[in-house]
Amino acid sequence: MNICVCVKQVPDTLDIRLDPTTNTLIRQGVASIINPHDKHALEAALQLKEQYGGNITVISMGPLQAKEILKDCLAMGADKAILVSDTAFVGSDTLATSYTLAYAIKKAGNFDIIICGSQSSDGDTAQVGPQLAEQLGIAQITWACSIKYDGAAFKVTRETEMGFEVIEAKLPLLVSVLKNMNIPRYPSVSNTIKAHRANITVWTADDINISCKKVGIKGSPTRVTRIFTPERKGKNLIIQKESAQEAVELLLRKLTEERIF
Amino acid sequence: MAFTSRETRENNISQEIWVYCEVIETELLEVSLELLGQGRKLAETANRKLAAVLIGEKVESLAKIIFAAGAEKVYLIAGEKFAHYNTDVYTTAISNLLEAYKPDTFIIGATKNGRDLAPRVAARLGTGLTADCTELSIDKETGLVSWTRPALGGNIMATIHCHERRPQMGTVRPSAFKRLTNVYRDNGEIIYVPNNILTTLESRTTLLEIIKTDRHSVKLEEADIIVAAGRGIGKRENLKLIEQLAEVLVAAMGASRALVDYGWQPAFNQIGQSGKTVSPKVYFACGISGTVHHLSGVAPGGIIIAINNDPDAPIFQAADYGIVGYVEEILPILIDEIKRIKLGE
Repeated sequence: MNICVCVKQVPDTLDIRLDPTTNTLIRQGVASIINPHDKHALEAALQLKEQYGGNITVISMGPLQAKEILKDCLAMGADKAILVSDTAFVGSDTLATSYTLAYAIKKAGNFDIIICGSQSSDGDTAQVGPQLAEQLGIAQITWACSIKYDGAAFKVTRETEMGFEVIEAKLPLLVSVLKNMNIPRYPSVSNTIKAHRANITVWTADDINISCKKVGIKGSPTRVTRIFTPERKGKNLIIQKESAQEAVELLLRKLTEERIF
Repeated sequence: MAFTSRETRENNISQEIWVYCEVIETELLEVSLELLGQGRKLAETANRKLAAVLIGEKVESLAKIIFAAGAEKVYLIAGEKFAHYNTDVYTTAISNLLEAYKPDTFIIGATKNGRDLAPRVAARLGTGLTADCTELSIDKETGLVSWTRPALGGNIMATIHCHERRPQMGTVRPSAFKRLTNVYRDNGEIIYVPNNILTTLESRTTLLEIIKTDRHSVKLEEADIIVAAGRGIGKRENLKLIEQLAEVLVAAMGASRALVDYGWQPAFNQIGQSGKTVSPKVYFACGISGTVHHLSGVAPGGIIIAINNDPDAPIFQAADYGIVGYVEEILPILIDEIKRIKLGE
């Protein structure tokens, strides 16, 4: 089975705030990690490979530093890693990102299944998976919590508002997975050392033969026009009393006065 | 005032705002009605028409509810092959419909299926899509839809515009808006989408089985009163107090992410950026510190009552009323007093 896994480099913490004077993100000192959902995507691929044999190629689009998370993927057991990186890609929204990834995947080979994390922890759009499937012209199953293969077709269980659906699909297929799919493995020390000596293939826009008009800011129909810190301001009638009984009585009196009770 | 962009004039884009009406088993989802309510407001501001897309097997009777909820027009796609949501069939039908009638804006509920469908449709049409919005408005200068959503775990809000491509698309979180309280109208125009628009509806997937489990989710999202617990309750046994308070108030129970991570509460009770958005009239936050991550899951408009032993906890900034104190000391008294009030009634 030829498997492709898409991964994204994300900040290690979401505790990133706006600089109140410049209104820009304070990113200093924030380390980068592999997007947590994507680890589950890779684990799903490793389990499919263990059962049915095959090859796993991991692809990421991002800055050159994203090589590090690709090395982590090799350490977990991926066979090959490709980084798609070019200054032309900067500012891509989900449409431009999926367009770029589709070109890279077409160049990387013919895959039976492409597995993505359902969403990234930073952008949290859950859009790149479906948009990638559309650009590749293949079927998709999103919000997956189990993938089974019977030799001819995949049976995937996905979450819905009501519970679950079991869906069957033939190859090729894109699946985006939830965290409850599996528990990602820890790489062994020897694999980690080997992986961190590996050379990661880097493809530029020219390498994947993509038009620069359709990538980056130019290729992105959406634009972030404003970022701001959310404000929640209540009435702030806060009671601080020695006696809990008094505090509760005062609260309930206020609530009754305001007809909340 | 009506806005007409260059793109609109050149490509015959209609002035309509469309809302996708999601149906599960012949019932309209609440989020669709919420979006019709907010869509109505956008339509009035921008002087546009509000239309709904209704797709399903036997759904025509739902049109009346849709007109009452704010739409003046319904595009109806009905038939056996639309009985259950299917990515391929729905994507093709909706994409063809959008290409044929060219609405200016298309709003979809950010449900599991909505977030499966919307990106696929946007990619097919090559247009812009904003995910999981919590605020929608019309930009005064440009007439564009301002799609606002939490980013980076809710620490930051981002407003996104789609300047040139059409339709402008976005998915919107359930419970982010309220449905109209009055009946907008009794009936309206139904457009029966002709078959020549609905060509080549082939599916590459087969639905084998539907397993229904999640009965709890509805309750939390529709509850008028919620009692929610966070890390500050101290120990697991104190959840009993939360349950008792919920019981006397006839409230639903919710939790912060920390308690779900501890395994003290099931994931379907999680409120916040990575959990559910709720919009109760009264929200009791017990031992909840009030991170942006958590509060982004509590829709504005209700009253927040906080109980926390840390006077500097950010929850007190957001709270309308609060008591500084330990949950295990305050709650037993609060429960007793509320019981007394209820008996007095």
